[in-house]
Amino acid sequence: MTIKTVEAMLPGVIYLSPSPDTPPFKAAGDRVAAGETVALVEVMKSFLPVEADSDGTFLGYSTETGSNIEPGEAVCRIEVAQ
Amino acid sequence: MTTPIRKLLVANRGEIAVRIIRAARKLGIATVQIVSEADREMLAARMADEVIEIGPPAAAKSYLNVGNVLDALRRSGADALHPGYGFLSENAQFAKAVTDMGRIFVGPDAGTIERMGDKVNARQAAIAAGVPVVPGSEGRLDDARAALELAEAIGYPVMIKAAAGGGGRGIRVVRSAEELAAAVPQAIAEATAAFGDGGLYLEAYIENARHIEVQILGDGETVVHLFERECSLQRRRQKVWEEAPAAALPAALRAELCASAVRLARSVAYRGAGTMEYLYDPDRNAFYFIEMNTRIQVEHPVTEMVTGVDLVCEMLLIAGGRKLSMAQEDIRCDGHAIEVRINAEDPARNFFPSPGPIDRLQVPSGEAIRFDTGFDAGSRVPPYYDSLVGKLIVSGSSRALAIERLRQALEELDIGPVATTIPLHRALARNADLLDGNVSTQWLERWLAENALSS
Repeated sequence: MTIKTVEAMLPGVIYLSPSPDTPPFKAAGDRVAAGETVALVEVMKSFLPVEADSDGTFLGYSTETGSNIEPGEAVCRIEVAQ
Repeated sequence: MTTPIRKLLVANRGEIAVRIIRAARKLGIATVQIVSEADREMLAARMADEVIEIGPPAAAKSYLNVGNVLDALRRSGADALHPGYGFLSENAQFAKAVTDMGRIFVGPDAGTIERMGDKVNARQAAIAAGVPVVPGSEGRLDDARAALELAEAIGYPVMIKAAAGGGGRGIRVVRSAEELAAAVPQAIAEATAAFGDGGLYLEAYIENARHIEVQILGDGETVVHLFERECSLQRRRQKVWEEAPAAALPAALRAELCASAVRLARSVAYRGAGTMEYLYDPDRNAFYFIEMNTRIQVEHPVTEMVTGVDLVCEMLLIAGGRKLSMAQEDIRCDGHAIEVRINAEDPARNFFPSPGPIDRLQVPSGEAIRFDTGFDAGSRVPPYYDSLVGKLIVSGSSRALAIERLRQALEELDIGPVATTIPLHRALARNADLLDGNVSTQWLERWLAENALSS
């Protein structure tokens, strides 16, 4: 088992749920599939998805909704079966 | 020209903040610029007499944070606040809070913002002032006969949709009585299944709609218009290219359009600068009011170019209590002006947002060329706000000459390494449909779907 970090590709403001009154995209222990949306980055009024790059188990977010994020910064951690 | 305003808080950012500071300087008004943490070094902050930081980069925590902006107003000692466009410019509670503090809000009063900013209320005000709106059913329609009678009165094509539905769901366009007779029972059945309510709404379908808007100025008693702008070139409902005047509009209709905007503004004793937005239907040769913006608009420079009126100065003078400095007959529309919006978006990647550094900013200059921007070489386009980098505005004695000048100015304009929409505008400025004025609000998206652009 290895732990992979999903990083932001773009700068902006990060959102961990699809809308303000819904729960986060993922909670600890959830299954995650490669290509699945785990967060949104608001860049110039556009909301762009942050996607998991591999299948695995969701461990937790590394940032908070509404925070500024820069490219390369960690969004969440996923445990990947080798 | 003098005004009692001594010190102005600029409650916006980017190019419009720069624009407001320039107008304030012209009138001898000191300026205080609010900035988020991301905007400390922006051009407007360097131009202003004072700067107050109001919060983190995210707009919700800074420029949209009513408490923080009001606190900055209090601390600044400014006697007036200009909201620009977007952010808090059409927030009636905010406008009220500013005046409750004993300061001047540069714009109409909160009651007018509330009334005219609401689409349903504004539509009612338009009907009351005898301004045409898109013809349609007044309430819901429940049977085919009522739908048919109304459609005959409006003229085909018409659009029917579920009264209970939202967005674009369940919309049908019908072009004849036969089509309508077939479509209504289906639409009722579908609306009943989807919403548990078979009520329908019917209105004129405007196939080749053009977006035309009228600039007005009012002092609470007198209202004048500054002619119209056409902003039909839009992508995702965002205007990308604007002109003044609207070349497609027949002269007689143009006079009627401008008069209707004045009538509507006068009916609400409008004070400040405002814009009445209309759809023009070339097939029915009719215009319909759709909404009002109770603020300065992004595309105001094209009006300034053809009329010679400084709209932002006029706003400040009116806010300071002055009566309009011009009568309707003093306002003339000379020549033609075009504005193109240069956005930090990559046209080669479906307009992907492209924040980043501006190392190069080479701006064309010359007769009848204007470039409004909030950036200069060495600055960065932050990811937190809209993508507008600058507005290139040109004018000429005719539309053809203005386009020719635009083409040359776009060749000279160089911004980078951040990706911008300059290549889009270079292509548009050579497009035959555009040169012929043969466009509608749907035109740009259709053209983009068929034409690839490079960065």
